[in-house]
Amino acid sequence: MENHAHADTHDMADHAHAHPHEHPKLSFIEKYVFSMDHKVISKQFLFTAMFMALAAAIMSTLFRMQLGWPGHNFAVMHYFLGDKWYKGGLLDPNMYLGLVTIHGTIMVFFLLTGGLSGTFANLLIPLQVGARDMASPMLNMLSYWFFLIASIIMMISLYCETGPAAAGWTIYPPLSALPQAMDGSKLGMTLWLASISLFVVSSLLGGLNYIVTVLNLRTVGMKMTRLPLTIWALLITAVLGVLSFPVLFGAAILLIFDRSFGTSFYLSDIYINGTALSQTGGSPVLFEHLFWFLGHPEVYIVIMPAFGIISEIMSVHARKPIFGYRAMIGSMLAIAFLAFIVWGHHMFVSGMNPFLGSVFVFTTLLIAIPSAIKAFNYITTLWKGNIIFNPQMLFVIGAVSTFISGGLTGIILADSALDVAVHGTYFVVAHFHIVMGLSAVLAMFGGVYHWFPKMFGRYMNKKMGYWHFWTTFICAYGVFLPMHFIGLAGVPRRYFNNDIYPAFEKLQHLNVIISVFAIVGVLAQFIFFINFFYSVFKGPKSEQNPWNSNTLEWTTPIMPGHGNWEGPLPVVHRWAYDYSKPGKDVDFIPQTVPMEEGEMDEGEHV
Amino acid sequence: MIKLLVYVAIALAIILIFQLMRIYQLSAEVKGKHVGKADDKDNRSQGLMMLIFVLALFGALIWCLYDVRGKLLPPAASDVGVTSDNVFFFNWVIIFIVFFITTFMLFYFPYKYKKQKDTKAFFFPHNDKLELIWTVVPSIALAVIIIYGLSLWGKMTGTPDPKAVKIQIYAKQYDFTARYAGTDNELGKTDYRLIDDGAGNVVGMDSTDKAGWDDIITKGDIHIPVNTPILFECNAREVMHGVFFPHFRDQINCVPGITTEVHFTATITTDSMKMITKDSNFYYLLICNRVCGPGHYTMAQHVVVDSPDEYKAWLAKQHPYYERKTQGKLTASK
Repeated sequence: MENHAHADTHDMADHAHAHPHEHPKLSFIEKYVFSMDHKVISKQFLFTAMFMALAAAIMSTLFRMQLGWPGHNFAVMHYFLGDKWYKGGLLDPNMYLGLVTIHGTIMVFFLLTGGLSGTFANLLIPLQVGARDMASPMLNMLSYWFFLIASIIMMISLYCETGPAAAGWTIYPPLSALPQAMDGSKLGMTLWLASISLFVVSSLLGGLNYIVTVLNLRTVGMKMTRLPLTIWALLITAVLGVLSFPVLFGAAILLIFDRSFGTSFYLSDIYINGTALSQTGGSPVLFEHLFWFLGHPEVYIVIMPAFGIISEIMSVHARKPIFGYRAMIGSMLAIAFLAFIVWGHHMFVSGMNPFLGSVFVFTTLLIAIPSAIKAFNYITTLWKGNIIFNPQMLFVIGAVSTFISGGLTGIILADSALDVAVHGTYFVVAHFHIVMGLSAVLAMFGGVYHWFPKMFGRYMNKKMGYWHFWTTFICAYGVFLPMHFIGLAGVPRRYFNNDIYPAFEKLQHLNVIISVFAIVGVLAQFIFFINFFYSVFKGPKSEQNPWNSNTLEWTTPIMPGHGNWEGPLPVVHRWAYDYSKPGKDVDFIPQTVPMEEGEMDEGEHV
Repeated sequence: MIKLLVYVAIALAIILIFQLMRIYQLSAEVKGKHVGKADDKDNRSQGLMMLIFVLALFGALIWCLYDVRGKLLPPAASDVGVTSDNVFFFNWVIIFIVFFITTFMLFYFPYKYKKQKDTKAFFFPHNDKLELIWTVVPSIALAVIIIYGLSLWGKMTGTPDPKAVKIQIYAKQYDFTARYAGTDNELGKTDYRLIDDGAGNVVGMDSTDKAGWDDIITKGDIHIPVNTPILFECNAREVMHGVFFPHFRDQINCVPGITTEVHFTATITTDSMKMITKDSNFYYLLICNRVCGPGHYTMAQHVVVDSPDEYKAWLAKQHPYYERKTQGKLTASK
């Protein structure tokens, strides 16, 4: 950093206040550990999330082994679970539920919320709006450290004598509230609640920062209607998180009170282990309302950043403007609004008033309209494009495919009368993994391949990227396509085995197919890990603008220092999607290029 | 020791892969190729893969449909279930049409419009007419889906037939108990503080409520009469449980502290269903569908749909709880 500190002294005067080289020399700890640089924090989020995701993926292979070949003795299971949980070659049902619960918790919160938003909001918001850093780098740093502490506590809970939390990732009380009800509701549940409470703190610190940065620190000329869709998506995600996560926090605090201090927010008329508890007047349905008031916006918190990443990568690689920029923003806003009034569709069987159920059917199916608009706009963006198949393009096309497939089965689940026939079965598991899990994960991979040159100044290997994509994508459909049919046969999720249900055994061969695809799919991720870590150190060096993109992050130096731009901040003159504009020599026009006489700004189109 | 060797082997394998990647990268550089950015050859091969994939995906879907025929649930065995299957079918038709069209376009366009030498993209930032079409058409389709679905929902959750046979389903870790309302078709009051498993008072019946004096508590198979409206009143003892009748296409949670209801009319007796499915071991299931602890997966009960005569005969053999357990005391209190 310091070697060109005096290279451009002649124009130092006009921007010295913001010049990155004016920073005092930072120690290693300040620069890489307790860093306040958004780019370093972004990498910290990415590495932590990658580790957590790997752990959660291994958990999924373990319970898939149990479901594919119940009772079969696997040495690898014994390696991970030891004598205590894998006694005599038999998985402990408590641990089975524990694995399912922690897999879900990590994937939803730690990978797809913390990891996805944490990585890309931190990396892209300052770089794409043209800011030197986040509005509050200090809060940003704290956001990561709360995330890390939450992650550590969650991992520690796996090592409890009584096992990790095991009531499912939705932790419905009274099961989660009563330590007498199951081992997983003892210390494991306490740690789960502690971890998630800290996670909420992290999410709020991050979210508030993202919102303020997007609204206040846009560079000159960066009107809201010129923002790349990534930033719109991350902004809306942050708003959703800030409005909904506190409700989860409240729900968790009340649950902590019920568990530890004898209150009865969620408990009433309970008789357990020969004792009638004194708690009365509470309602477990209250918890469901509170949980899903976060829980449903949460799935959009997961999918919105994916929308943003898909839009950006697809437009760059199709060499075409994203189709319907305004409609994309409008549909994201509509989805965000509706996200808050659909939570009841998780509760059609909860005993909630059926009329309320019908209202939720209506609002839920309304969400299909903006979702359909997005899907059609993506397809139209591809139409008559000039498509370059870098690995990230494959991933985002895959993400749109899973979003369509999973979104369509959502029509069944949104319809309360049909939901009661498949609620809580593998049909639901298949649906949400495809529409939310896979779409977001595939988009996240796409994002990593796309912005890897910005993060590490190098390229990832494309051939390995292709192998990674096709194995992951084929395995993803291999797992979740047959799973729908298991659900349609009425098989409930979270069953340890189907020994006493001969009718379900008829589909056991599908369970074997699913498990094989799941295990191969997880192993395929090592292609990614190897490619990733190799390329960080040895990959071919990146150019200034490797994908010929219009957005501002590619106007910074290849490895930007703290402060991002060496000279003054860039000035924006146009929207981010002028690809293949007629009458131009090159097929991209960066946002910093001034408009020519008589040129139309497409972002301004109403 | 073996573990250590495995770790060493893994470490060596990773180093080997890194070295191979390095060699590949260097040789590519010599040939003037880029290992990080796609060229026309990649665009051709990956574009073709897109087309192959979408055809394979459709093939896999058709194979799945072929493979599971006859292995899914048999025809619905309740009044609401029959309508439910119709609504399902209607929705499936729409879903499949949309799925095949959009998914094909999504993978075909990348194949067709891959970048090659001299190809150009068409600048097409928006089109109001197109956007209007794919806002309005889904809206209309969804309106139909909503109306069709909600009409069934109203029937499912509307006021039950006042003459419906009342049966309590009482769920606890890890079994179901049924309580029949007896001749007055009125379930007696219960109180969780009166539960006494030793005395057989599993549900906590309150002996001061006369309505409960003829209530029958049964263990084992739950019998219901065919073509008769049934109203299940569901309760849970300690944690939430689920009452899920896959064959009747209906479901509700059992929640400690409140009573939930589910009602339908079974339309096919167990014996007839055995004929329909050509399976002499067929039985209807009541299963728990809300995770309730490590024994969750064992929590199930057979349901027997009887003809009216069979049901009467079965019921006549059952004895009210109080007659069975505390006959002497009760007669005294009368």
